[in-house]
Amino acid sequence: MSSPEQWAHPDQGAESAATTVQPTPEQVIAGLRATTEGGADLIQLLTPEGERVPSPIFDPYVADVDIESLRELYRDMVIVRRADREANAMQRQGQLGIWVPLLGQEAAQIGSGRALLSNDMAFPSYREHGVGYARGVDFKELLGIFRCSDQGQWDFARHGFHPYTIVIGNQVLNACGYAMGQKFEGKVGNPESSGGENEATICYFGDGATSQGDVHEGFVWAAVYDAPLVFFCQNNQWAISEPTERQSRLPLYQRARGYGFPGMRVDGNDVLGCLAVTRWALDACRNGNGPVLIEAFTYRMDAHTTTDDPTRYRLSDELEAWKLKDPIERVRVHLTRNGGADADFFAEVDKAADDFAAELREFCFTMPDPPPERIFSNVYAEPSPVLDAERDEFLSYLDGFATAGGER
Amino acid sequence: MAAPAKSANSATVNHPEAPSSVQNLTIGKALNLGLRKAMEDNDKVLILGEDVGKLGGVFRITDGLQKDFGEQRVLDTPLAESGIIGTAVGLAVRGFRPVCEIQFEGFIFPGFDQINSQLAKLHYRTQGKIKMPVVIRVPYGGGIGAVEHHSESPESLFAHLAGLKVVSCANPVDAYWMIQQAITSDDPILFFEPKRLYHSGALKAPVDTAATPEPLHKSRVIRQGTAATLVGYGPSVQVCLDAATAASSEGTELEVIDLRSLSPLDLAPVFDSVRRTGRLIAVNEAPSESSLTSEIVARVQQECFYSLEAPAMRVTGFDTPYPPAKLEEHYLPDLDRVLHAVDRAMNW
Ligand SMILES: Cc1ncc(C[n+]2csc(CCOP(=O)(O)OP(=O)(O)O)c2C)c(N)n1
Ligand SMILES: [Mg+2]
Repeated sequence: MSSPEQWAHPDQGAESAATTVQPTPEQVIAGLRATTEGGADLIQLLTPEGERVPSPIFDPYVADVDIESLRELYRDMVIVRRADREANAMQRQGQLGIWVPLLGQEAAQIGSGRALLSNDMAFPSYREHGVGYARGVDFKELLGIFRCSDQGQWDFARHGFHPYTIVIGNQVLNACGYAMGQKFEGKVGNPESSGGENEATICYFGDGATSQGDVHEGFVWAAVYDAPLVFFCQNNQWAISEPTERQSRLPLYQRARGYGFPGMRVDGNDVLGCLAVTRWALDACRNGNGPVLIEAFTYRMDAHTTTDDPTRYRLSDELEAWKLKDPIERVRVHLTRNGGADADFFAEVDKAADDFAAELREFCFTMPDPPPERIFSNVYAEPSPVLDAERDEFLSYLDGFATAGGER
Repeated sequence: MAAPAKSANSATVNHPEAPSSVQNLTIGKALNLGLRKAMEDNDKVLILGEDVGKLGGVFRITDGLQKDFGEQRVLDTPLAESGIIGTAVGLAVRGFRPVCEIQFEGFIFPGFDQINSQLAKLHYRTQGKIKMPVVIRVPYGGGIGAVEHHSESPESLFAHLAGLKVVSCANPVDAYWMIQQAITSDDPILFFEPKRLYHSGALKAPVDTAATPEPLHKSRVIRQGTAATLVGYGPSVQVCLDAATAASSEGTELEVIDLRSLSPLDLAPVFDSVRRTGRLIAVNEAPSESSLTSEIVARVQQECFYSLEAPAMRVTGFDTPYPPAKLEEHYLPDLDRVLHAVDRAMNW
């Protein structure tokens, strides 16, 4: 099902719908989530035990990843995890209003994020701090959203990293429109020799989001316009308290077939696999063979957000089983076993991560609150005398308190 | 939520005289018990929403209901608001009485089409052949320090739709009764819940589950006064009450009206009040332009023109998107802003 070859030639070996056996409910659940290996179609280059599995199709896409590059991927993941834990702790200490943890999804985010080229565009949902990091967004620039002092204001165009989208699924259509624009502007399918630079877009969303109308419309639009769009679904098994089988009867990647484009399931805890599969998909898109759906099969190791209490709806056994498939640990084992890194390297990375966390903390504690006039700024691109008057009236009202003896 | 839940059956046993019919409840718990009672009274009542089952909703308003009524009656739906509301319409056609939970008001918009095009219009289109006994519960309003889309007040968008009714509760007694009345109504009702007050211990009040409730679509004078009339609903009611308490300590008695029903509006008590006080201050968290307060002010100046001692005033959110929560204390109407408007009206 998940071989790109098959999708390039969809007639070969494709079963007709009439002869396809319907899965039993048990099979559905096993295929969708559970703590199994994600099914026979799972693409994996690095096993949880740190073994490198050869893949004729995907190996070429990571042929350049030598030990040094793997060490960098490891470093990225450790730093992102450390930053995530620090932010989580800062929420507990009242420094952030809320935090949306990415714990467990480091490989999916770093692998896919590092697959992007500088002209590519990424549309995140709200958990993609790791992708942002890979796109060169300073982690600090994300904190304002969760401190509730801004709504995200990094340089979106420069980083190729769109603002976070909280309304589930909205960004999928937006990403599709952006990708259509890339195509309309001739940035797709140019022969390498022509020197024309090709582009692609990637859009992140969750397993829960796959039920949302916007996501389905995004599939339709992208297919109809051959948009250079990689749909990157992080199936972390849960949409708050609802397991993935509340959203689908068949494994999510298989949905792509119905819309007429390739769908693949990759081990979302395998950074090398995620890098390879995403590079493959981006390449397909840049060459005019988009869109592509990637389902990164992973696990939300922490609560949905800091306000959530997962003990109400899931068993700790499940978490324990997934801990054995930790995305960072397998790289560490692989590096160690293959002489790619020694204790000094790991200590140095840990130290760098600690320093990064300390920097974040320092930054967060000294982050200024926005001034009241920020409420009124940039509501419109064009001048708004009505709003200017509303602002002035409010500011002079506030001044009244200051002159009346600093009641505020 | 800390109070031990009464057993499932206690609410159904009808002992009008028994003091055990009185429970001290928060708004959240009162809604929970009201939903439970409605489900016991009519097995066609279903609950649909995201995370409403095992989790009991992100605010725990449906806590324990799936456990007691089963997955056939409390449905953890796929993540799609158009789906939740659109299927509720179909279930209603089939004779069910669906109660939909929208997780936060900012997430209702994927379902707006179904609300506007089917839910609000089927009864009219079919000239009454199809009824739409659907309730959509919407936690709304700000003041909880949340990220974007979790603090808005979109109620006027819905009050504007003919064919739809809109209500908002502001205290535990109303929460308990209004949710049941909404569920027994044959009309579609948007039920706006003041989320920041859900678990407020300070608002805990005795709810007599054997009492006779007031009609659903009535506004109510909840504090008497002579100097000016404050009108609010949902979370703004408490702001008005706090302002009235503060003004009273300085000798100014303000009348406070809880609107309760946003569509249809019951403004007769407001007109009566303004004819006595000569001053109106209408309060809501939503942006002012084309909001419910616009409607109230327009109607009051029409009906009470010769009684007004000052222009009818409004205290509202600003005409901007809801700001980052670090700024929400400025955006939300508070006691100071209400009293400032009272001062202006008094000194006009
Ligand atoms: C339209 C909409 N409805 C509801 C919500 C509330 N909500 C926030 S996250 C979430 C679950 C999302 O699950 P999934 O898509 O799997 O992403 P994950 O959070 O697991 O990364 C829900 C229901 C929302 N943000 N937007
Ligand atoms: Mg998920």
